[in-house]
Amino acid sequence: MKKILNLFRSFIFVATVAASSAAHAALEIEISGGSAQQIPIAIVPFGQAATASQDKIADIIAADLRRSGLFRVLETGGVASRPTEISQVKYAEWAVLQAQAITVGNVTALPGNRLKVTFGLADVLKQNQLVTMEYNIAPNQLRLTAHKIADVIYQKLTGEGPIFASRIAYINKTKNRYALQVADADGVNAQTVVSSSEPIISPAWSPDGTKIAYVSFEKKKPIIFVQSLTTGQRLTLANFKGNNSAPTWSPDGTKLAIVLSHSANSQLYTINADGTGLKQVTKSSAIDTEPSWSPDGKWIYFTSDRGGNPQIYKVSAFGGEAQRVTFKGDHNLSPHFSPDGKSLVMVRKDGAKYSIALQDLANGQVQVLSDGGQDESPSFAPNGRVILYATRVGGRGALAAVSSDGRVKQRLSESGGDIREPSWGPLLN
Amino acid sequence: MNKSILNKKLLGSLLVAMALSACKSTPMVDKPAAVEDKSPKAATTAPAAPAADTSADTAGVQDAAVSGNPLTDPNNILSKRTVYFDFDKDTVREEFRPLIEAHAKYLAEHGSAKVILQGNADERGTREYNLSLGQRRSVSVKKSLNLLSAQDKQIETVSYGEEKATPNCKDEACHQLNRRVDIVYEGE
Repeated sequence: MKKILNLFRSFIFVATVAASSAAHAALEIEISGGSAQQIPIAIVPFGQAATASQDKIADIIAADLRRSGLFRVLETGGVASRPTEISQVKYAEWAVLQAQAITVGNVTALPGNRLKVTFGLADVLKQNQLVTMEYNIAPNQLRLTAHKIADVIYQKLTGEGPIFASRIAYINKTKNRYALQVADADGVNAQTVVSSSEPIISPAWSPDGTKIAYVSFEKKKPIIFVQSLTTGQRLTLANFKGNNSAPTWSPDGTKLAIVLSHSANSQLYTINADGTGLKQVTKSSAIDTEPSWSPDGKWIYFTSDRGGNPQIYKVSAFGGEAQRVTFKGDHNLSPHFSPDGKSLVMVRKDGAKYSIALQDLANGQVQVLSDGGQDESPSFAPNGRVILYATRVGGRGALAAVSSDGRVKQRLSESGGDIREPSWGPLLN
Repeated sequence: MNKSILNKKLLGSLLVAMALSACKSTPMVDKPAAVEDKSPKAATTAPAAPAADTSADTAGVQDAAVSGNPLTDPNNILSKRTVYFDFDKDTVREEFRPLIEAHAKYLAEHGSAKVILQGNADERGTREYNLSLGQRRSVSVKKSLNLLSAQDKQIETVSYGEEKATPNCKDEACHQLNRRVDIVYEGE
């Protein structure tokens, strides 16, 4: 079963054009739990050209796979050979380590300040090659390439969709400054895209990952902005009388659902991504807020206290009667769809505790996934396997993640920072 | 802030207030308005560009209380500016009726006076829901003022949600202080 994929790719991506002056402090990641059957994998250090950046590509791949909880990354120091391509692998050596899979690779310099990254994945037990890839990249794309390789391995061996080559956004509060930051999904390369002395909340990624909508209080009231991550330019999406908040994108990226209060209670509206075409979606005397658009574009799920306390309802994206969706728990708030549209993650209040809960939309079953007590702002990874959310540790905001089956938990924290309002963005091209 | 000398009437209503709300350590002192006047502009940058620095912080000069201004006279109920609420509620509690009546009367008598009602929530629950809840509280105070003949054009309602709340509250008394609407007069 020799299936060889040779892909020459020249990545076009926007975020890491050059190193930013923003803080490069990486988020520290702590992992607990893990799958009962982790795949033992040997990741041999890549042969690396001296000109390549100091980032060790194999270390980045290993950290990604380890973080998923689905892999056991083996210590390779005791093996004498250092193969850089599959043809050099002596399978017996790796079978001794009880490796089921092995990854090898090489980084070489190309003319014109480019790098060639090759990598191969093999099945140690069957002694055959599963996949090889080749990438032609600029030096500053090395980390992203490592994440893409980790995604290839993860997809090939688990059958799940890619997750690592993506980014997250969150608000980092330091003293009296609020910064909306974007970082790689492993917490590295944090860059500030907007900062203010007044609060910033509710960042929302456009489906193509090139823009972020957010709510800023910089003019002493909540106003929604949409900012390009390529140019840094932004437009004021909604600045009506009263509150303008809770932006969320339609799946095709042409519209946003937003919440306006005008001079009364919060209601849902839709608006084109250029700020035109405002339409009212809900008409109630209650609080209607926190919209989430279903992946098929037909429904908007939202939080409403029309029944006396906050629960989740759904309404057609074109308006109409709303139907209640959640029935368990004191309060249910902040719905977010899974990428496949089959489940909803939300904040659930039971007694005094706020937890992250997952509801299967077909059978209504609910699983509580977190126990932080003050957890909020959940969002799915691009493949739906992990949920990122905000928690509190030692009186400060931190990020946490949990696998959608509840088995693997991670906590991401930055020393000195107060981090909140995370949102997981789409995959990078 | 300045130590308030409470007049008897207010003291009476305060005692009732405390008894009703059963939060012993909730002092009804003058709360400063929640507005922080700092840099008016946010610095936006492309991810790769250097982060722009803050523009200069600006602040108004604090006038000493001018004698004769009822809004700042600590002996006048008009200097009381804060209405507190129950958890997840926007109902104006009975104990704040005298305060709201006084401000409505002032607005009715001073047609050019304007107020901003700043709604706030405690940190429990999601930020967006709390933003809406703070808004509804400010609207609730506005409706009470309207009923007592303050005009729509004199009143603006805004919400800070939980964003200005004292973080990490350990008890209900602390949460109570965060669930409030501040009445701020234009020009203050």
